[in-house]
Amino acid sequence: MSEVDTTPRSAGRALGTGRAALIVVEGMWTWYKRNWRATVVSSVVQPVLFLLALGFGLGSQVQPTAATGGLPYVVYLAPALLVVTAVQIAAFESTYPILSAFKWQQTYLAIAASPISPGQILAGQLTWITIRLTTSGAAYLLVAGLLGTLTGPGVLLTLVVSVLTGMSFAAPVVAYSATIETEGQQFASLFRFVVMPMTLFAGAFFPVEQLPPWLRPVAWLTPVWHGTEVGRDAALGTLSWWPALGHVAFLVAVTAAGAWFAVRNFRRRLAR
Amino acid sequence: MTGTLETVEAPPRAGLLLRVLPTGMYAGRARVLVERSLLVNRRAWLAVVSGFCEPVFYLFAMGVGFGRLVGDVTGPGGEPIGYVAFVAPALLAASAMNGAVYDATFNIFFKFKYAKLYDAMLATPLGPLDVAIGEIAWALLRGGMYAFGFLAVMLAMGLIASPWALLALPAALLIAFSFAAVGMACTTFMRSWQDFDLVQLALMPMFLFSTTFFPLTVYPGPVRVVVECLPLYHAIEIMRGLCTGYVGVSILGHLLYFAAMAGIGVVVASRRLGALLLR
Repeated sequence: MSEVDTTPRSAGRALGTGRAALIVVEGMWTWYKRNWRATVVSSVVQPVLFLLALGFGLGSQVQPTAATGGLPYVVYLAPALLVVTAVQIAAFESTYPILSAFKWQQTYLAIAASPISPGQILAGQLTWITIRLTTSGAAYLLVAGLLGTLTGPGVLLTLVVSVLTGMSFAAPVVAYSATIETEGQQFASLFRFVVMPMTLFAGAFFPVEQLPPWLRPVAWLTPVWHGTEVGRDAALGTLSWWPALGHVAFLVAVTAAGAWFAVRNFRRRLAR
Repeated sequence: MTGTLETVEAPPRAGLLLRVLPTGMYAGRARVLVERSLLVNRRAWLAVVSGFCEPVFYLFAMGVGFGRLVGDVTGPGGEPIGYVAFVAPALLAASAMNGAVYDATFNIFFKFKYAKLYDAMLATPLGPLDVAIGEIAWALLRGGMYAFGFLAVMLAMGLIASPWALLALPAALLIAFSFAAVGMACTTFMRSWQDFDLVQLALMPMFLFSTTFFPLTVYPGPVRVVVECLPLYHAIEIMRGLCTGYVGVSILGHLLYFAAMAGIGVVVASRRLGALLLR
């Protein structure tokens, strides 16, 4: 005997998850195509300026040593900057826009009133972040290539890795953002105490072996470290399969866990 | 305390400048604005403290990371110095700039346009000059705390080579004040948050290219001239000179640059603010 389900349900026609997610993405695209200029500075101009200043400028003071794999510093830095930038964009896209969609603009509430389910909204949101990471990464690669800092077609694999790295940070942060009721200092602290140190210390600008021994395990837990390890090897053509698989498995696992919590939190919040 | 008459204070005598100013500009109560800022920030102490952490993170990154990749670079006196000792004064200058500009643009714009804070204040006996002095005093107080903390970290890391570094604190305040004045002047021309991308677009390249991370000699001739025009370049020259002890006559030129910048900023900002607020 099955119990009778008495929860009220929408009378609308249910959509498949893929189709529903795409509709959510379309909604975001409609907004973005009018406001994309504001994101160009942080998504593309900033990493290019970092590449110029730190790669070429500071790089001119760095002797190619074992620490940079015997390569000019700018070549060492270029693929890592792709990964770091992906994580920074992911961090931004998974904080304020999520809180805004729940609280200030309440777009999620509007969508949830249609036949689209909370899980499908989340799928659309994560797809949208993936698209943002891919396009900004591709634009950065184009400029980095024109500046002559890329070594081969392996960077396309780096692009894929950078998107995965970004998502492995975005998914848990989206889950967290979905629980926030009022914006106090949570996001500012997240940027200052998690994103910033991760950017500087997790192996993108210099090898983590230079950190004090007690700090290295912390770096190993960050997506940036896993992403730069694989992304840099892929770009330079020095990929060894087993370690790479390990790193990718870590990133996929964190993404999946983050997405699971995010679905749960979206359901809870939109069910109210 | 012998009688009640003695407890009544005489009204403070205003100076000449304040007596010739148009009436209502200044009530001599700028300190209540500082008090207000302290009260408001009591709940946001984490954000205030974390402003100090960012340059320190950079300093540690330089110490453990870049420093070992780079080794020694050419210092202000032409002699080789350690990379961390080269970068640290520049980070101090950059943090003075960043703190001052963010405070004078984002925060002021919000208070001005959305919170309508200054309209409310001007409805009390406070005048525009009280508001200006109070806001600037708070910004400098905050900037001074950051600079002091950063200098303390530098001292602990053995990065200060000369007693001239004592002057780095007042120098940081002058730099912060000049950037704040210009930033506030720019804010009066802003229409919406979209315009603040321009602030970002001005600050970030300046942070990256004003010889913060590498010496001026890296650049080819014409680019060098452009870099030498940037305010942050002059700020970094002052700080680097003071912290390493290579202080020459040229520092007066750099200081003059900031005096001019502060003067222009204050004149433009106060005129524009007066026009916008007292319509």
